[in-house]
Amino acid sequence: MTRGSNMVAMVIFAIAAALFVFAAFINKGGELAFHPMAQFEVKPLFGAEHLAWYTPSNATLWMGLSILAVVVILVVATSKRAIVPSRMQSIAELAYGFIYKMVEDVAGKDGVKYFPYIMTLFMFIVTANFLGLLPMSYTTTSQIAVTAILAMAVFLTVTILGFYLNGFGFLNIFWIRQAPLILRPILALIEVISYFVRPVSHSIRLAGNMMAGHAVIKVFAAFAAITLIAPVSIAAISAIYALEVLVSFIQAYVFAILTCVYLKDALHPHH
Amino acid sequence: MATDTHEVVEAVATSSHNAPGAEAAPGMPQLDFTTFPNQIFWLVVTLVVIYLVLSRVALPRIGSILAERQGTITNDIAAAEDLKAKALEAEDVYNKALADARSAALDIAAQARAEIQGDLNDAIAKADAEIAAKAAEGEKAIAEIRASALQAVQEVANDTASEIVTVLGGKSDAKSVASAVSARMKG
Repeated sequence: MTRGSNMVAMVIFAIAAALFVFAAFINKGGELAFHPMAQFEVKPLFGAEHLAWYTPSNATLWMGLSILAVVVILVVATSKRAIVPSRMQSIAELAYGFIYKMVEDVAGKDGVKYFPYIMTLFMFIVTANFLGLLPMSYTTTSQIAVTAILAMAVFLTVTILGFYLNGFGFLNIFWIRQAPLILRPILALIEVISYFVRPVSHSIRLAGNMMAGHAVIKVFAAFAAITLIAPVSIAAISAIYALEVLVSFIQAYVFAILTCVYLKDALHPHH
Repeated sequence: MATDTHEVVEAVATSSHNAPGAEAAPGMPQLDFTTFPNQIFWLVVTLVVIYLVLSRVALPRIGSILAERQGTITNDIAAAEDLKAKALEAEDVYNKALADARSAALDIAAQARAEIQGDLNDAIAKADAEIAAKAAEGEKAIAEIRASALQAVQEVANDTASEIVTVLGGKSDAKSVASAVSARMKG
């Protein structure tokens, strides 16, 4: 029941958003305007001319809103510490249990002490992804700069941790003992390459997913200015929006679970 | 279609040119490296803030809530099992009391039966004794009657014999007649 009404609400919301976009284009004098990538621009917030590293920008604003969302979901919602949880507290507990169990299952019992780091990554990505679905918003996780830093942080942490905990035994992850001796050098080469490709795929997967969906929605929104195509366009926006809701969660989950998998390599390099 | 694409590229190019420091961006704002320091700085700030919020407040709190709930559930289950054990115990006590009462009832019944049997035996014995006494009395009376009858018969026989002796002309000697009669009667 609730899922159905949520779906209806979402479709209505999407149609409203599309009409808003449509009206905006009409005001421009009816000319078709494509700016699917304009939403990804980083701009200073308070009309500053130059974007220095410390200038508050739209990235600052939406990252700040991510922090706010995390605080509301995990801190404010649990402030009553109820034995029988409210709905909001249930969400916080579900998120906690979900990531905790994932870390425990994938990285093992000794991976649990890295749970706060993985929870930080997951909560930042999931809130940023969902905030990015608001109309007129800016999606911080659609930026290569952001996802690359996240992925490099994971990559460097895992590599340093691996050598710190296992010494050169960490190199065992490249030397597959189950394989025949002849194949091992070839597999080792492949493993080394795949190990260094990890941060690239890790970051581009997230940024690419977020960027593609948002850009496609924008393109369809621009087509909505043409009266004949408008219904198709609006239906397409609704459909893609629903898909994006799914993608927002799945990408955050994928990022977190891959982090756990990499962490497992550092903790247990012997296959 | 080609013109559309051209338009898109052009539009993106114009919009990029409007953005500050976007000269290097080849259509994708994500690849505008002048924005990287800004994004990276604010990302690091954000991650540190979220990490501090999670590790200092949120995660310990949620962990303690979950542990507390687990504890409450465990306690409730333990209490329930305790109560169940008590109920079983009470049932055992009840059953034992029931069995005791039943055996006591059986004892009382057996005792009563034994008492009644004793009374009955006494009464029978008494009745038997009375009957035996009565029978002895009767036998005694019969013996007396028989003895007196024999005596009467002997007297009648003595008288008759002495009369017959007298009639036949003899002298009736009472003593010899009586001995003769008793000898006859015995024989």
